[in-house]
This record gives sequence, C-alpha cells and structure tokens, in this order.
Amino acid sequence: MINGFWNDIDAGVIDDTALDGNAMGGLLNEIFGTEMTTAVGICAFCGTARQLAEAIVYFRSPGAIMRCRTCTAVLLLVTRRAEMNCVDLSGLAALDVPN
Amino acid sequence: MAGTAVRGRLTWETATVTAVRPETSSVRTIELQVPQWAGHRAGQHLDIRLTADDGYVAERSYSIASAPGEGVALTVERLADGEVSPYLTEELRPGDEIELRGPIGGYFVWDGDDSATPLLLVAGGSGVVPFRSMLRHRGLIGSAVPVRLLLSARSLPDVIYRDELEHEPDGVEVICTLTRQQPPGWTGHSGRVDSALLSQVAWPADQKALAFVCGPTPFVETVAAALVGIGYPPDRVKTERYGGAGTS
Repeated sequence: MINGFWNDIDAGVIDDTALDGNAMGGLLNEIFGTEMTTAVGICAFCGTARQLAEAIVYFRSPGAIMRCRTCTAVLLLVTRRAEMNCVDLSGLAALDVPN
Repeated sequence: MAGTAVRGRLTWETATVTAVRPETSSVRTIELQVPQWAGHRAGQHLDIRLTADDGYVAERSYSIASAPGEGVALTVERLADGEVSPYLTEELRPGDEIELRGPIGGYFVWDGDDSATPLLLVAGGSGVVPFRSMLRHRGLIGSAVPVRLLLSARSLPDVIYRDELEHEPDGVEVICTLTRQQPPGWTGHSGRVDSALLSQVAWPADQKALAFVCGPTPFVETVAAALVGIGYPPDRVKTERYGGAGTS
C-alpha cells in the first residue's frame, strides 16, 4: 500500500512547503523524456482534469509526491533508488501528453 | 528529418559562470555560459545539481532571470538553512562550473503573442525573477501589452532589480508594497498584499487580464485566492510557489 505509506509521512497535505507541479518538471522530463508540466492528468479519485503544473508537489524523502489540487488525493509518486526512478501513476485515471 | 527541432530528453550539462553580481544583501544574479542551451521561454526555470565530495546530491529549481535570446542568468536568494543557495550566493565565482538541466516548464510562461491581454504580475520577494524575464522579453520583442507589476518586499533595500524596475518603459507600471519597513517619506503601499490592495491596483476583472503570481507558498495561496475573490477566473491566474522559505 504505497499510497498509505505516503499518507502517513505527509499527513499535513497542504503546508508552506508545498510546491507546484512545475517544480517537478525536470524530474518528469527525466522519466517521460518530454516536457510534462502542461500534460493534462485526470485525478482517479475526484475526476478533475488539470495540467500537472497546477498540482501540489512535495519533495520529501524518499522522493517526490504529486497531489490533486482539488481533492488532495495522491496522483503520482516518484521514489529514487540506486539511480533508478520508481514511478507510481495509479492516482491518475488518464494522462494526456502534450504534442 | 532535416530542419526538424526534436527536443530530446533533458540531460545534465556543465555551465560556466561568467559573472556574479549582487542585487540585495542576500540575493545574487549569476550569469552562465551553457554550451548546449536550446533557448528558453520567459518564465521557465532550470534545475541545478550540486554533488558533495561524499557523493551527496542536492537539486533545486531556479527561475531564469534573462529574456529568451539573452544568455542564461539566474537570480538566487540565500536561504539561511539552504543546502544549495548559500553555495550559489557566496562561493560561486566567475570561471566556476556548475551542473544544470533546462529549460523546464510550459505553464508559467509568457510568449508575448497575445497583445490584447493585459498582464498582472504579482511577486513576493524573489518571486520577481521570472517576471524580469517576461519584462525584458516584452521590451526585446517590442510588445505594447500593458503590464502591472505588484511587488511585495520587506523593505526598499530588499527590492530585487530596483534600478532596472525604476526605469521601466511606457506601458509597465511597477507598484511596490513594503511589508516590514518603509523609508521616511514613503508614498508607496505598506503591508502585505491582500484583497483590498489587489482591488486597488489589479486590472479590473472585466479587462480579462492574465495574472501570474510567484513567491513563497503562503504568499501565492493568499494572492491567488484574493484574485479569484475579485473576479479573476481561476484559469487566468497562473501560479508558481517557491515553498516555505524566502522573504516577501
């Protein structure tokens, strides 16, 4: 239950250290090989469609977490282990990559 | 395909510092020569990576302060408990090399191709950095887009790019509010940006302005909510949050 694990360690959800999806642009490009902050993701929990740039992002050990700006559900998790990014996209019902 | 600019995956590259100059007591502008730079859009950022002798790696994002077509410049504020900014603002010298990747982002950008839409730029402290890129871009492309820049700073000496902003061309209004200390005879605004101040200085909602808000997270939360409160549609308020640290 990776989402449960993350919920435990960032229980505050929105606090003063929250960044935007924009801040994950470099990491997302590393993973997807293209600019992803303008990609539209649909939250699997509430159904809201937004550009990833508008999501809530935290960089916290052991990686980065992106949450829905509307309902705060976890959209995307990236955990870095031994030079490898482990990516969990299960919080996204759909992800449309920009042209 | 010849002539087709396919942008590949971002890679870390080595840039060389060409100049460092102070902006305020805690803020420096760093000019860089980046050999493989693909060109950037006004408002984009880049990632800096520092690797310690023991292999510990710290990465941070910084807004690009220069206009598209100019050399890459960053303006960095020193954070007292920062892992990266003290090095960038105190140790880095011309000739030093640094690892970066970019440009990054396609959301918090202004290309200047819509001359009918007024711009509202609201900055808390070093949140003004991407707006310098946008204002310089506006000047370089000869855009006549009306711009209002609302700056929040602790005191007058904390205003970044003060000299440059005092000489903005026609069509750019710079409005400053000082939150902690005002000089004698100060005729500008005082206190934090709130609904009352925005009602006074922001473009009225019926002008359908495009708003960009950048600064520390609590600042951006407050300003974005207040703009929606005075009638700006949420999709016309673009935000970039710097996190909890920093000054406004």
